[in-house]
Amino acid sequence: MDFTLKIWRQENASAKGRFETYKVTGISSDCSFLEMLDILNQQLIDKFEIPVCFDHDCREGICGACSLYINGRPHGPDSAVTACQLHMRKFKDGDTIIVEPWRARPFPVIKDLVVDRSSFDRIIEAGGYVSINTGGVPDANTIPIPRANAETAMDAAACIGCGACVAACKNASAMLFVAAKVSQFAMLPQGRVEAKERVMRMVAKMDELGFGNCTNTGACEAECPKQISLSHIARLNREYLSARVL
Amino acid sequence: MSNILTSSIGKKLMMSLAGLFLVIFLIVHLAINLSLIIADTHEPFNKAAHFMGTNIVIKVMEIILFGGFLLHMFYGVFLQIQNWMARPKRYRKENYSQTSFFSKFMIHTAAIITVFLVIHLLDFYLKAKLFGEVPMAIYDGREYHDLGTLVINKFKIGSVVIFYIVCFMILAFHLLHGFQSAFQSLGLEHKKYTPVIRALGVIYTVFVTAGFMLIPVYIYFWM
Repeated sequence: MDFTLKIWRQENASAKGRFETYKVTGISSDCSFLEMLDILNQQLIDKFEIPVCFDHDCREGICGACSLYINGRPHGPDSAVTACQLHMRKFKDGDTIIVEPWRARPFPVIKDLVVDRSSFDRIIEAGGYVSINTGGVPDANTIPIPRANAETAMDAAACIGCGACVAACKNASAMLFVAAKVSQFAMLPQGRVEAKERVMRMVAKMDELGFGNCTNTGACEAECPKQISLSHIARLNREYLSARVL
Repeated sequence: MSNILTSSIGKKLMMSLAGLFLVIFLIVHLAINLSLIIADTHEPFNKAAHFMGTNIVIKVMEIILFGGFLLHMFYGVFLQIQNWMARPKRYRKENYSQTSFFSKFMIHTAAIITVFLVIHLLDFYLKAKLFGEVPMAIYDGREYHDLGTLVINKFKIGSVVIFYIVCFMILAFHLLHGFQSAFQSLGLEHKKYTPVIRALGVIYTVFVTAGFMLIPVYIYFWM
């Protein structure tokens, strides 16, 4: 398969940046998107040009490092996958593919397609943990937890913090991320102890970092590679409002 | 730490509460309007308008209503500016995600509704309140503003009818997202009841906006 790539190139955080057009040919349809970029980069290296910088780590869809905004969608046209699990068969031969970094004020571009997502770390530091002493590993079934709650907590904990929700949101809101991180604790007894403090601190940090406000468009849910549901955002709203009002 | 009025979720709380209040107001407004085309005379409509303009409880509600409008508009604009600021550099190719269609245009539909609101207030509310350019009608020996005649004269003009219909279609777009979105912002989400709320939102939107659109059309063609 042959593709024309329009890729955002930016030397460093303060550089202006521009789109560059590249051609890649003879790409296998089983190639992942990142492998296709590897092939492009090898071409560039062979020509003594600077390869395209992009984030990646596990390449098996669980780390959340890859962060490419492909043809107007985070992680590209496939659903419920990260860019490393996106395969070139999802495109048509001869397609022009536009590749951009995540765009949000709290996610500044470091180089090319790499953005600084440490804003998410700041939010976690603000309260995304349990600081009470829960002791050693308890015997099975000593803390009864309803099956449904355990499942909901696990669904929320599936968030890999990739930032696709922020990238997809027209408001660059981090609500789905924060909702997932708040929910995974809110559903479990160990997390309930500090639930009020946690939600207030994490929301305050999210606002302070300059993320936008949620307008319930649902773009985050549609693009989340782990399919985190909007119902977690409703829970975040509930948790926050009850912590503030009650 | 921020408080409930300045945090992002707090601002959305204000947005949704004010929005739902305005949703209720629309029903009251529509009920009174419909009396104009249902009854044979303007009497029920004029009396209702008189009651709304003079009753002390309604007078207090009027202030709350204006407050609701201002709150909804102020927070809406404020949130939108913050949201634009959150993405200073825009995508070259953006917004191809699967989202609710109407949610993308809330600020745009809101701007049109605001223009409509100003014209609407100048047409009727301020005419009766300030300028006194309203014909009078006498029922049981008491004088009333004949707002019914004012409305009918207005809706005999084709361009006014079209303007009103277009504005209510825009309002329908606004409500289609706004109604269910308000419940989500309040954290009222439930596996069983959220589909009910969404359906209610669509039913409410269709009936209320169709009701408002029916009045100028009915007056133009059949009165």
